[in-house]
Amino acid sequence: MTQAELRLCSLLLQEHFGEIVEKVGNSLLRTGPRPLRLLVGDTGLLPDQVKKALCVLIQHNLVRYEVQPRGSVEYEARSERILRILRYPRYIYTAKTLYGDPGELLVEELLLHGHLPMSSAVARVANRLTETMEDGKTMDYSEVSNTFVRLADTHFIQRCPTAPESPRNTKAPPPPAPTLAIAEKDMYTVPRLSLHGKGKRRHSCDEDEEREHKAKKQKQEGGNSETPPDDGIYWQVNLERFHQHFRDQALVSAVASRMDQTSSEVVRTMLRMSEVTTASGASHTQPLSSNEIFRALPAGYNIGKQVLDQYLALLADDPLEFVGKSGDSGGGTYSVNLHKALVSLATATLESIVEERFGSRCARIFRLLLRKKHLEQKQVEDFAMIPAKEAKDMLYRMLSENLVSLQEIPKTPDHAPSRTFYLYTVNVMAAARMLLHRCYKSVANLMERRQHEMRENKRLLEKSQRVEAILASMQATGAEAAQLHEVEEMITGPERQQLENLKRNVNKIDASENQVDETIFVLESFIESTMKRP
Amino acid sequence: MAGRGRGRGRGQMTFNVEAVGIGKGDALPPPTLQPSPLFPALERRAAPLPGGEEGEYMLALKQELRRAMRGLPYFVKPGAPRRDIERYSDKYQLSSPTDNAIDWSPDWRRLPRELKIRVRRLRKGRTAPLVPKQRLALDKEETIKKLESLEKKEEEVTSEEEEEKEEEEEGKEEEEEEEYDEEEHEEETDYVLSYFDNGESFGPDSDDNGDEAVY
Repeated sequence: MTQAELRLCSLLLQEHFGEIVEKVGNSLLRTGPRPLRLLVGDTGLLPDQVKKALCVLIQHNLVRYEVQPRGSVEYEARSERILRILRYPRYIYTAKTLYGDPGELLVEELLLHGHLPMSSAVARVANRLTETMEDGKTMDYSEVSNTFVRLADTHFIQRCPTAPESPRNTKAPPPPAPTLAIAEKDMYTVPRLSLHGKGKRRHSCDEDEEREHKAKKQKQEGGNSETPPDDGIYWQVNLERFHQHFRDQALVSAVASRMDQTSSEVVRTMLRMSEVTTASGASHTQPLSSNEIFRALPAGYNIGKQVLDQYLALLADDPLEFVGKSGDSGGGTYSVNLHKALVSLATATLESIVEERFGSRCARIFRLLLRKKHLEQKQVEDFAMIPAKEAKDMLYRMLSENLVSLQEIPKTPDHAPSRTFYLYTVNVMAAARMLLHRCYKSVANLMERRQHEMRENKRLLEKSQRVEAILASMQATGAEAAQLHEVEEMITGPERQQLENLKRNVNKIDASENQVDETIFVLESFIESTMKRP
Repeated sequence: MAGRGRGRGRGQMTFNVEAVGIGKGDALPPPTLQPSPLFPALERRAAPLPGGEEGEYMLALKQELRRAMRGLPYFVKPGAPRRDIERYSDKYQLSSPTDNAIDWSPDWRRLPRELKIRVRRLRKGRTAPLVPKQRLALDKEETIKKLESLEKKEEEVTSEEEEEKEEEEEGKEEEEEEEYDEEEHEEETDYVLSYFDNGESFGPDSDDNGDEAVY
């Protein structure tokens, strides 16, 4: 855990869960797994506060617990999961593009609450959708639960590990903490529930509130005696599947920009066919025969079989090696080479970073080194066709930034400097890690700056909120335009300008955070895929 | 061999500088005597952010998410600090966040037992019988069952007592407040009205020395 990661985790926790949870999370991240009483001592908070914070963190899968052999329970923070909080908007947007509004809201509710039972998730989403619909219309539960089932079938959501059934007559006292486990086959099975109902709209008038209160009370007291049908079965978002989807998207768009639309469709079809059959860390998809691909192409694309074969051959011959030919049965078996694809994406990101930061000539040298692996100073000048002085200067700058490294090759056993080769090379893995670290730092800086901006203009923001509240209440009670105008005048022109600036800056910073997160995703996937290879 | 040439010649390095490309007599950059600046000057501007519908939507989602998370019970706020004197307005304030209450109900079967906060008995006294019942549900042996029933009786008695006590307390407080209310609200004076004897029962000379103590 680098310092940058720690700082980013603590900023994310503070922004989304408050100071207390941040302190607890910080202590766990910095000092490793520890039991409750050490945590209380470390953070200096009240025991109740620490317990509450731990409940919140466990609910959201950010901390896991383990029963030690001596009986105490140790808590460990999951730093990589905390960093995913940055990516929540992307998950929700993806769900929206794939499954529409119910899907978007289901994923959002599951992310906000950590894990939920199906009945409760469906009820909440139906209520939210009903509120946005026109008066008189309500959202039926069946539509929402259909979307839920579809999400589970495509593995975008999965069941949480469950607590073991508490045996009724044990001699030993129950363990201090349950050990949760789930079988692989159960992870995506949706329980047979008959959820009937419609979404409820929140009424603004008091009578309805009172009625709802009474109804709620009765329901609670009645509900205590009977548990919901899917008691104990909780669902959470399967982040790995979303990452797979992002990777596929990146691949397809890379192929589209390198070749053309049709070849990207072919690759998309191949990936779609191997969605559920490929393990998440695999370096290749399962081999697919050309006939299968032809049958699975989307209906709109009526290209002939021969044309498809030509496209596949072209893809297999491409130097980037996204698609590899693994045999000739069935008209030729092809598979997508996921690892190589990630390597190409990561190197493309590195090249683009060098180009933007140092200029196109530096980028030329960088690409040269990537291609030729090791080059001497003189060779760099010759191949890149750049004058010696400039080439030197550029190489040293990149060297000082650790994007390029020197490799010594001695000619004699005593590494005498006059008789050693010094070769420049690019170590992609090291450069990727270094840039990833920088990305974490950037996001942390962006968040701090945004918080600083909000703090500086706090007074102004509060004033504008108050004015808006006054305006809203006046409009509700039906005031004249002149009165509304008078209230609006309470915020002066320069103040309005300041508010505009603030809004623009905060939007820009937020958009930048989203953008940096995309780079983080590419680099992290690359590093993970390289580490997994034997 | 090491150390030979120390101090002699400008900037001798351990490796052959010619191989790296610094020729003889080339001007090297001056040595850096301070850490690099905190905000180095930008040589080229960053590329503009990708706009478009997707970017806008994700931006709105991000801000919406932040706002929503602040309102959820998972955003743990520190409990309100105890005031030194109990103030009258405390009764009418909206419930401020307390430390010893958890605002949402997690599934305790999935969490370690030690994390359960013992919710302190509030005025209603409803939560008191719940906690001992849950503790007792664990032991099921015969002999322990006997102890259980004894315990239960005790606790019922104590919880009844406690409830009675609390009711008494509540009653008393209400009474006091009622009295207090009456006294304060009849006339907004600083004087306690029950002490005031306006002397009507005394006779004709009511207007002089009405407030003097009666011996």
